[in-house]
Amino acid sequence: MPKVTVDGVELEVPQGATVLQAAELAGKEIPRFCYHERLSIAGNCRMCLVEVKPGPPKPQASCALPAAEGQEIRTDSEMVKKAREGVMEFLLINHPLDCPICDQGGECDLQDQSIAYGKGGSRYEENKRAVTEKYMGPIVKTVMTRCIHCTRCVRFAEEIAGVEDIGAIGRGENMQITSYLEGAVQSELSGNVVDLCPVGALTSKPYAFEARPWELTKTLGIDVMDGVGTNIRIDSRGREVLRALPRVNDDVNEEWATDKTRHAVDGLMKRRLDKPYVRRNGKLEAASWNEAFQAIADVKAGSSVAAIAGDLVDCETMYATKRLLKSMRSDLLEGRQTGLSYDTSNLAAVNFNSTIAGIEEADVIVLVSTNPRWEASLVNTRIRKAVRSRGAKVYGVGPEADLTYPVEWLGDDMSLLGKMPKAVTDALKGAEKPALILGGGALSVEGAHGAALQLANDYKLVRRDWNGFNVLHIGASRTGGLILGYAYDGGIKALAAKKPKLLFSLGADETDYAQFEKSFKVYIGHHGDAGAHAADVIMPGAAYTEKNGTYVNLEGRVQHSAKAIFAPGDAREDWSILRALSDVIGRTLPFDNFEELRTRMAKDHPELAEEGLVALEWKPPTGLPKKPKGQGVHPIKDFYLTNSIARASATMQRCSAELLHADDEVLEAAE
Amino acid sequence: MGFDFLQDKDRIFTNVYGFQDYGLKAAKKRGDWDETAKFIKLGNDKIIEEIKASGLRGRGGAGFPTGLKWSFMPKEAPTDSQGNPRPSFLVINADESEPGSCKDREILRNDPHKLIEGALIAGFAMRARAAYIYIRGEYIMEAKVMEAAVKEAYDAGLIGKNAAKSGYDFDVFVHRGAGAYICGEETAMIESLEGKKGQPRLKPPFPAGAGLYGCPTTVNNVESIAVVPTIMRRGGDWFASFGREGNHGTKLFQVSGHVDKPAVFEEAMSIPFKDMIEKHCGGITGGWDNLLAVIPGGSSVPLVPAEQIMDAPMDFDGLKDLGSGLGTAAVIVMDKSTDIVRAISRLAYFYKHESCGQCTPCREGTGWMWRVMEKMRDGDADIGDIDTLYEVTKQVEGHTICALGDAAAWPIQGLIRHFRPEMERRIRENNAAEPVMEAAE
Repeated sequence: MPKVTVDGVELEVPQGATVLQAAELAGKEIPRFCYHERLSIAGNCRMCLVEVKPGPPKPQASCALPAAEGQEIRTDSEMVKKAREGVMEFLLINHPLDCPICDQGGECDLQDQSIAYGKGGSRYEENKRAVTEKYMGPIVKTVMTRCIHCTRCVRFAEEIAGVEDIGAIGRGENMQITSYLEGAVQSELSGNVVDLCPVGALTSKPYAFEARPWELTKTLGIDVMDGVGTNIRIDSRGREVLRALPRVNDDVNEEWATDKTRHAVDGLMKRRLDKPYVRRNGKLEAASWNEAFQAIADVKAGSSVAAIAGDLVDCETMYATKRLLKSMRSDLLEGRQTGLSYDTSNLAAVNFNSTIAGIEEADVIVLVSTNPRWEASLVNTRIRKAVRSRGAKVYGVGPEADLTYPVEWLGDDMSLLGKMPKAVTDALKGAEKPALILGGGALSVEGAHGAALQLANDYKLVRRDWNGFNVLHIGASRTGGLILGYAYDGGIKALAAKKPKLLFSLGADETDYAQFEKSFKVYIGHHGDAGAHAADVIMPGAAYTEKNGTYVNLEGRVQHSAKAIFAPGDAREDWSILRALSDVIGRTLPFDNFEELRTRMAKDHPELAEEGLVALEWKPPTGLPKKPKGQGVHPIKDFYLTNSIARASATMQRCSAELLHADDEVLEAAE
Repeated sequence: MGFDFLQDKDRIFTNVYGFQDYGLKAAKKRGDWDETAKFIKLGNDKIIEEIKASGLRGRGGAGFPTGLKWSFMPKEAPTDSQGNPRPSFLVINADESEPGSCKDREILRNDPHKLIEGALIAGFAMRARAAYIYIRGEYIMEAKVMEAAVKEAYDAGLIGKNAAKSGYDFDVFVHRGAGAYICGEETAMIESLEGKKGQPRLKPPFPAGAGLYGCPTTVNNVESIAVVPTIMRRGGDWFASFGREGNHGTKLFQVSGHVDKPAVFEEAMSIPFKDMIEKHCGGITGGWDNLLAVIPGGSSVPLVPAEQIMDAPMDFDGLKDLGSGLGTAAVIVMDKSTDIVRAISRLAYFYKHESCGQCTPCREGTGWMWRVMEKMRDGDADIGDIDTLYEVTKQVEGHTICALGDAAAWPIQGLIRHFRPEMERRIRENNAAEPVMEAAE
């Protein structure tokens, strides 16, 4: 623990800390552009210069200088002030003063720091440099004249996203940041460079000229686009969500978010269900809420009622539905809407037990029929970290995919699970923290779950302070649903075999409704997608930004999301719909507001009461079939169009068309 | 003249003009590769001791003691994350791009075997596995000669497995640059060798800790390495007998500009400027009264006005006392016909063109300085702009990752220090010539 002095204050700093970190520990603000905690150190902006003794009689870049015993660091001397003013002046001589038309205005590091550390004016009388725009895809808008060459975007692309699509060409003042051939950046994380860019060179294309940061209401939410539970800030104005930005949570998303998380929000304004519908003579017709409720009551289902939860719903909605069904004496609940039927007798056996942050520590990882880059992009960045920083070895069973790090693919025959090659078993045996990741595609293969558990047992994947058995769920509602009992023995098939008279669909758009042909289908959801199409009654609900809710992510982390805006038109929050319906069918639910509902849920399911990781006891089921056959699959066919919100989003459709289907045949109009 | 000029018997580079063949046979006749194995048998530390005793300071410009530099290389090979030992490397900087410098070129094309033999001895001394010779992209003929000489040496068993029958395995690779000045900076050269964009790295870590491919690396100038075999043969004391204390040895000087006979020649260090020009270059054009200023060490060092340089000893410390430096000993002589502001402006353009663009002060500052210098040429400025320009050079100097920022700032600082009256004269005359617009009455 070296002892240093910062502006006369002595303090101890951790081994390996930089001078910049030491100064921050002492409570001193060090301006910076290129330095970022999660990226490698470039030291090229020269804004963080400080005076350090002992050392050469010139200012030092504090971001790159290790703090050493006995150092005297000055951040407030005349030398430092002049150095900062000098660098600031250099950065501004070629930076356009177009702040009034720049989307970064109001949240621009260059603006802020020039006010704090710059001189009042410029002495530069020559012409400014102009740089041509570079195409970087449907997400990132470029105005490269504003670039200050901090290379954060280059380092992010190379280090975190694992694509080498962004780099610098040219020399001196002609150096330009570019996507080389000016194709779209082939990454599902490209939007993060917008946040990283300290100036307005890289801004959000879908959000261009939409709003100023001070006009926005900021709400702390949880993302539902995948099972990660990315912590987001929902920026809204009036009744519209304008953008979603990641919040810092080192346990979950660090400070990244996928392009889907950021930009599917424009789908919240499209294809919305904003009034109830009732099917009459085979056609859905707009109706009043009372008509809708009455239509359901008229079914007189008795106890023959079932519910399917979609991927986007919150725990409260599922709990309220469960209570309603319970009051009707039914327990036909299912959340695995695509028809999976894996064993759920022990939830730890279907959970991501290493935790998202913990998978970074793994040294041998076996991927089973999964494409984590699409199924949980921010888990993939963690695996990439394990590979880069710890040299973790990754093996893969199942169809091959480009995961941005080297994977040794063993083949896509799932029977490999029972007879792993010697290289893999040796690696597992020698590993300190071996991990296995079972994708959603693997769970659809009969016997794969049991074989994986056997493997975990044979190679001691579960140890005293390490659990390397992981199931990667895709849906944001999945783990919460499993806790709430949304898993019927035998899956949807068995549920359908019960031939329920009445079926509630909680935003389930991936279900095959043909198997419920005879049921009266009630869709509670927010988008006019597959579920609404099949429904007999549509009750318009609220999307994730329009309601308070509890979500449990794939590692079993309970997180609360807050309501940012009101649902459009006649749409209501889901729980209140269920509460009103319960009145009409004479099974009044025992809560009158959201708080009461949440208290009830906490009473029945204490693990959902507090935010944080749910403690799940590791007691894997035995006696599961262990002989998987056939080929592994990847359940996601199109990363950008996985749910009803994303499918309604123009931005996601553009991403899909350009990044995934660019090579498809172009359809031409008939002449 | 009181100076002891270097005698022919003490010349190291006996084929600097290429009057003889560069090939192995001719080189051996000149004494190269003579009992090389003997020096290697001495052991690593003995060689480093000998180089330290010789007082050899790096010939690439900075003048860092070469023996000391080698001693920074690890004695025990460091290990990588898997526990395997990492090799060490010697990188030979033949990216001679400094305006005015042309000495390495003569070694590369006329005496390549001195360099290869030196690479083996130096490489062995620092426990290097291989040497990379990074040749400037424009040196096409030199690279071809170097490649041929390396092949000759391999064929003769002088390098490769059991190099020169010393029992030491040593490889030499010739790598051609693509013509960027900045790749002459040691860490940028390492980046370039690795196949990346040539941009200097942050130090620490220094190359001796983590250099080429993360392995311990020493980067030495061509001349520093090429003199090593002769030092070993004739002894450190012999080399140290030339020049003043702290500035020992012989040196290739390169004189260009307004002298009667521009030349590259080997001379003892600390030779007074006037003696050097008289003996080797036939004097200044138009006589000594016609001398205006001298850039004594390549474009990066500040110029020295005539009256100060005349009796100055040409060595590291002597020129440092004049506020300049020996650099690569590339002496650019300018007589009174020179447009000195334009000359420095051209250098400013060079640095603007060659800045790598990585760090802010140099990327933005070199362009700014050049543009103001262009105005200064015609005096199209205000007197106050000179002070602004000086401040800008101070804002660049010492604020950058590598020394290119300093190198860009110093020539302009030298100009302002010594020729401010000339700059002011141009501005005054220019402003007087412009008619003052008067308002209509």
